Amino acid sequence: MNLILAMLIILIIAALMVVFSSRLLLAAISLAATSIMLTLLMFKLNSPIAAVFELSICAGLITVIFITTISFVKPVAQEDLIETRNKRIKKYAALPIILIIVGVVISYVIKPLVLALPAIVQEKNVANVLWNLRQVDLLGQAIILLVGVFGIVVLFKEGQKK
Amino acid sequence: MLALFVLIPLFVVLILNLLRFDFIKKIACWFGVVLTLAQIGFALFVPIDLLSSRSGFFAKYFAFNFTMDSLSKLMIVTIGIVVFTAIMIGQFTYSDDTKRFNFLNLILLVLAGMNGIVMVSDIFSLYVFIEIVAVASFVLISTYKDKLALESSFKYIVLSITATVFILLSISIFVLISGSTSFTAIANATKNSPSSSLIVIAVCLFICGAFTKGGLVPFHGWLPDAHSSAPSSISILLSGVVIKVTGIYPLIRIMNITGGGGNPVKNILMFVGALSIVVGALASLGQKDIKRMLAFSSVSQMGYIVLSIGIGTPLGLAAAVFHILNHAIFKSQLFANAAAVEKQTGTRDMDKLGGLASKMPVTGGTSIVAMLSISGIPPLSGFWSKLLIIIALWQSAHYAYAFIAVVASVITLAYFLSFQRRVFFGKLAEGLENVKEAKFGLVLPALILALLTILIGVFFPLVLNKLILPIQSILKL
Repeated sequence: MNLILAMLIILIIAALMVVFSSRLLLAAISLAATSIMLTLLMFKLNSPIAAVFELSICAGLITVIFITTISFVKPVAQEDLIETRNKRIKKYAALPIILIIVGVVISYVIKPLVLALPAIVQEKNVANVLWNLRQVDLLGQAIILLVGVFGIVVLFKEGQKK
Repeated sequence: MLALFVLIPLFVVLILNLLRFDFIKKIACWFGVVLTLAQIGFALFVPIDLLSSRSGFFAKYFAFNFTMDSLSKLMIVTIGIVVFTAIMIGQFTYSDDTKRFNFLNLILLVLAGMNGIVMVSDIFSLYVFIEIVAVASFVLISTYKDKLALESSFKYIVLSITATVFILLSISIFVLISGSTSFTAIANATKNSPSSSLIVIAVCLFICGAFTKGGLVPFHGWLPDAHSSAPSSISILLSGVVIKVTGIYPLIRIMNITGGGGNPVKNILMFVGALSIVVGALASLGQKDIKRMLAFSSVSQMGYIVLSIGIGTPLGLAAAVFHILNHAIFKSQLFANAAAVEKQTGTRDMDKLGGLASKMPVTGGTSIVAMLSISGIPPLSGFWSKLLIIIALWQSAHYAYAFIAVVASVITLAYFLSFQRRVFFGKLAEGLENVKEAKFGLVLPALILALLTILIGVFFPLVLNKLILPIQSILKL
């Protein structure tokens, strides 16, 4: 239990760093750190399949894309950086406090709600989950991918011709 | 066989893109038109049992778990009608072949997504299909790529993601309670204690998401901008069917399978519905831009639908679904008229328009039909659905809400009369002397929809008994 609590605290600190950081690179790395903590939590909570997806896509692929994009962008001057940081700290100063209050409130609200929850059936075979149980979702994801491709064509490729 | 409603649009998109020849691009829209007409025909005339059969070559390899009941059937018909109109209007408003072709591809993917939403029997798949429609809508709204379009698309992205977070959170609670994501499992798990606080929290989170997607007050911030800055064909799609299929339909399903979380949740629904009716109607009164006015009017009409769902009686549900169908028809038509006016005059500002009835008789005439129907004038379709809503309210002793519904209907008539007078009646505005009626292709959808509005109104008993009343049977009571 304590290990999970520690993980949750690190997760929240990493997530706050994403918002507070004034440098894009640091924000991207903090986001990856958040994902990695989430992955560890998922392993700890017996969801290895979800953990693998989280690690490979959110912590891996997305971070690579972010860092690639950031490397194309011109770095910001030092003074601007400090200014942005101060602005951001002012803007989000209330966030940690709100988080703590919400956390405390939720923990009190949830306590009386203890229900007899059903045990979740463990499915170990990833292929079975993807191809037999969640076939409809897979179809949906294929369509989302196609929509993404057409979105890029409509928004970026058509513009280039002009 | 049901999976074909999703797979055929997808297949058509793939085939069209493999054959990206110039002449295919020119005629591509007709594929969409034929496809939507086939969808309407199949959904209307083939019995549900036959459509749901799982035999044949296809079922051997794929086990897509789609189901269909009378509600899904009506939604499929509604989706078909609106997408047909959107494609017809798009065909004559996009001048560039490539742009039109890309528009068609996206709209067919939206069609596949929406057909998926109304046929899934699993709450997580529902979310996946809602996302398809949302992502495609982001792109379609920002088609013009000017500042307003990009801003409203971004606004929609932010609000839509917030809605998604609510919906996902609610799904996770449902999984916690039932151990599965299928509708039947959730219905079984919630059967014993429908008003336990955990279920109420989950239902409330879900309806917050659904309200945002459906553009209900106070979550409607994205809707008027998105609807007015998108191209006309996209406005038809958004206002006619997207807000209903991604917002209202999931709401009906969740209320139905979970038993609605008891009276407090129903009261919230009715309150938000009534608030949307009034705020939407009052906001419409003050608009100059035709499409913005129509968008606020959609907020108001969505309010009627949610108010009716909130009653929780079988008649209330049937009335809500009937209003979904009617609103889809006449709102698409009004947007089609707005598209014709914009195409011929180059403006949507009602202050710069006037007296167009003499120059554009068909557009002006069909607009009268739609506007009388939306204001609830007998014997048009809108009158009957509003009457059913008010009867359902009266039967369940919600007299105050019934009164609000009637008064707001009068406000609706007021702003639509004002719209009709400022655009079509009165003296011809300066600079509009050379305006002609729009091309036949552009007025044809408006004519068809006006005819549908009249037919549904006149043959109301037939439509009610064949399509609307069977929906009551899905209600879990």
